[in-house]
Amino acid sequence: MSAAPVLPKLVGERVKRREDPRLVQGHGTYVDDVKIFGLRHAAFKRSDVAHGRIRSIDTGAAEAMDGVEAVFTGTQIAEFLDPMPIGTPFPSPEHRAVATDVVRYVGEPVAVVVAADRYTARDAADAIVVDYETRPAVVNPEVAMTGHPTVIHADFDNNLAVPLVPSGTGVSPDGKTVDDSVVDKAFADADVVVSQRMVNQRLAPTAMEPRGVVAHYERGKGTMTVWSSTQNPHILRTFVAKLNGMGEDEVRAIAPEVGGGFGAKINIYGEEYVVSALSKRLGLPLKWTEDRSEAFLATIHGRDIIGYVDIAATRAGKVLGLKLRLIADVGAYNMLLTAAIPTLTMLMANATYDIPAIRTTLTEVFTNKTPTDAYRGAGRPEATYFVERGMDMLARRLDMDPAELRRRNFIPADRFPYKTQMGAVYDSGDYAKALDRALGNAGWQELQRERDAARAEGRLVGLGLAMYVEVCGLGPSASLPTGGWEHSQVTVERDGRISATTGASPHGQGNETTFAQMLADQFGVPFEHVRIHHGDTGVVKQGIGTFGSRSQAVGGTALHLAGAKVREKMAKFAAALLEAHEEDLVFEDGRISVQGSPDTGKSFAEVAAYAYVPVPLPAGLSPGLSEEAFFEPANNTYPFGCHISMVEIDRDTGELALLRLVAVDDAGNLINPLIVEGQIHGGLAQGIGQAMIEEVRYGGDGQPLTGSFMDYAIPRAADLPRFELDATVTPTPVNPLGAKGVGEAGTLGSTPCIVSAAVDALSGFGVTHVDMMLRPEKLWQIIHGGQA
Amino acid sequence: MIPSAFDYERATSVDDAVARLAAAGGAGKLIAGGHSLVPLMKLRLNEPGTLIDIARIPELAGVREVDGAIEIGAGTVHHAVATSDLLRARCPVVAETAATIGDPQVRNRGTLGGSIAHADPAADYPATLLALDAEVRIQGPRGARTVAARDFFQDLFTVDLAGDELITAVRFAPVRTAAYAKLYQRASRFAIVGVAAALDVAGGTVRSARLGLTGALSHAVRLTAVEEALAGRPADADSVAAEAARAGDGLSDLNADIHAGADYRRAMVGVFAQRALRAALARG
Repeated sequence: MSAAPVLPKLVGERVKRREDPRLVQGHGTYVDDVKIFGLRHAAFKRSDVAHGRIRSIDTGAAEAMDGVEAVFTGTQIAEFLDPMPIGTPFPSPEHRAVATDVVRYVGEPVAVVVAADRYTARDAADAIVVDYETRPAVVNPEVAMTGHPTVIHADFDNNLAVPLVPSGTGVSPDGKTVDDSVVDKAFADADVVVSQRMVNQRLAPTAMEPRGVVAHYERGKGTMTVWSSTQNPHILRTFVAKLNGMGEDEVRAIAPEVGGGFGAKINIYGEEYVVSALSKRLGLPLKWTEDRSEAFLATIHGRDIIGYVDIAATRAGKVLGLKLRLIADVGAYNMLLTAAIPTLTMLMANATYDIPAIRTTLTEVFTNKTPTDAYRGAGRPEATYFVERGMDMLARRLDMDPAELRRRNFIPADRFPYKTQMGAVYDSGDYAKALDRALGNAGWQELQRERDAARAEGRLVGLGLAMYVEVCGLGPSASLPTGGWEHSQVTVERDGRISATTGASPHGQGNETTFAQMLADQFGVPFEHVRIHHGDTGVVKQGIGTFGSRSQAVGGTALHLAGAKVREKMAKFAAALLEAHEEDLVFEDGRISVQGSPDTGKSFAEVAAYAYVPVPLPAGLSPGLSEEAFFEPANNTYPFGCHISMVEIDRDTGELALLRLVAVDDAGNLINPLIVEGQIHGGLAQGIGQAMIEEVRYGGDGQPLTGSFMDYAIPRAADLPRFELDATVTPTPVNPLGAKGVGEAGTLGSTPCIVSAAVDALSGFGVTHVDMMLRPEKLWQIIHGGQA
Repeated sequence: MIPSAFDYERATSVDDAVARLAAAGGAGKLIAGGHSLVPLMKLRLNEPGTLIDIARIPELAGVREVDGAIEIGAGTVHHAVATSDLLRARCPVVAETAATIGDPQVRNRGTLGGSIAHADPAADYPATLLALDAEVRIQGPRGARTVAARDFFQDLFTVDLAGDELITAVRFAPVRTAAYAKLYQRASRFAIVGVAAALDVAGGTVRSARLGLTGALSHAVRLTAVEEALAGRPADADSVAAEAARAGDGLSDLNADIHAGADYRRAMVGVFAQRALRAALARG
């Protein structure tokens, strides 16, 4: 018997994030920290009207300022920069990085200044005078759909970015033929139908670090390096190279520390194209750093989709059919993935339920607002919200416990893989298990008694429950125009340390820690001997990036596969050294030895050194210990869970207090439960923020009304209760890790469960639905019957 | 978020600050914590030519007892006010008010003088200073003067303070039976409505009451109708609260914005007047 290993197995352990000490001590290097000799600074002049034709731009005063090196209008930039590419197959209007003739939202760039310092650049941008012939603006998508009072893009009648896409039961795969008979029958057979228009309001992603880009074109070499606060440097490289007429071999993209992305930094923005193009044109390193005011205007917004929900059911609570008519306000332009995000809302309309008949339709509408795109959850929180609020309304109509209604409609655990009416194939699931765990943890029946007792005292206490399932681990290449794989290279260095690269570009997900845990276990070496490199196309050969809760499920698997290749080769070297069979070797405690006789082994470093100076070279082996792997999953993953909340509304003020938030999340196997909980905490905060306090508002003239943190609220720690978390574990068969992904989960269940709890608290006032956000005044008006 | 260019000077004393302010002419602007001024400068809504920093003038900082009154230096940061043992013991409403301002970062930089000089219509201190009938002490090239808080707050961002003057302190007679209650605007944490109530209670009767209101109107005001109705009433919570329930009824031109409409604000004046009064009585 050998002694127990000294080095503990780390996968599944609560290892503290190794990223944090440098970040919390201010030792991180962000884009704005990048300094290059001769660096110039860019500032953008942005439209302050929501819709208008540019009559003239006077750049004279700006150009005359000391320190200003160049000023470019949109028309001048269009001479050397093509329109912005998009990543979806939907027809899209031309979108110039800097507007040439018409501006369509407040914040759209109209000119750019290059100056010796950012202060001068900003002053010069202010000195540019733009004369607009203003046009009517439209900010309400249901008004914009009429084509009045304005048409934003000439070739898009009635402002329809996507006229109407049907999906679901009876719709042919190409969407060309639609048979409504099954859905119609479901509604005809129903005992009850609940119907509600719901608004999933516009949100601002508000990463702590705004965007920023530094581009350095080196004339002598003909190469360009671009630093950007991005979630996906490889995609950035592809697009920047393309728009600059360069090869991907000539462009290096670097995402240094990234202070939050939340989906908003998937996009390749106009500023990235302009700064790189100007660096190349001027032969100078150039920096642009977004300020907070710009971030509210010029970084994409999320959500902003209206859902008309109809659910047909029997009196016993069996859902027979669902209709979901979606109207997405995409803002003024299609960005990289804009048009595709609401299709994810359609895709997830089946939710966790065995609904036999579903008809969804999607219309996307241009308005004079900042473009929308992916924001944490990206389409799935919207689907969850619409369906779960609908289920809550159905439970209320049937006077049925909302948990019981869910239970009667779940896709049973033995039906996976399960093909939904929407065409998704759910990989694995056990929804009743998550529900039961959450009910148990919350003490559901006791909570109901508490609520009833509080009500008897006149207090407005409510309970809410929501299930969710989301599509994560994106995804097969068929579902992503960028490719849906991930890449990794694992190298055992000559000294026995391990370097690994990942194309997943973590920006808060903690992969430097989780991936090191995996490799430490795989090779039996100390965690401290493993380093994960990412975010630099000059170091990381290939990659897609981090979004859609994919870094662990897809990137982690690529790492695992690359590691396995290296381990296999290293075992061959060790077998030669030890004169043993490689299948008898164990990697443990920094040694490679024959199973059962650890004393006979060699240290990990000795074997590594041998692999690099292989004298003699074992037959059939090449020197070195460095292998790479691409991993393409066969399917997405479908994590799920159940969130329960208890709220109390102040009868006098309408203020809503979140008393409890109980979450059970099933993300499959967990590499690091501590990091998973951190991800859920952040997701919950943003989901709770949407329910309670976050909303981007515009005036009727298209002027933004929430342009700073003085008016746009995000949750603070003090606004949140102690989260009560738990996990069930239903591994996915889609990857060998069994991991599903968890980055977005928190935003899915929390939002509807809080709104449902608020509706429950207000049920005595005849309320069946309240749109977000749950502003105190709105709730107070319900309580006081609109009394003045 | 980048201010236009400005010069910067640091004043070493009140007299030095006054002299520098005079020398700068109309282009000079005092800065202490900067938590009202700097955001405006970043948005270029305020573009001073010369910033005169008064944050490190020793005589401007601190909470002290003077002739039975309490004086708070204008340069005292909110955190120091919120944690002052003297205020907590003798006049807790002031510490309580300071503790509701912004967040820890704001409270460790922002100053009392800066807040009242700026006179945001939703700032917290003005309500409390009105309820305490505080006086504002001012120094300028024409010497020192004192203004009652009720005369100091004049209109939206408008106070009785000339461009060449600076606030040195506020002074008030401490009141234990006083409290501040506010409805938070969730983004800024300013007051949608804030009411400070100070009561003089003797023998189970309210001898007199003063209530300061912020957030509801263009500037902080006294709720004199409520004060008059309360005088002479029994000092029990329910009867006092009943008098304040309709405190908002007589107000006109209430603020309305994306966070709260006028009718809601009017109702909240009543709610928070009651809450402040109940809390004040509970300190009796």
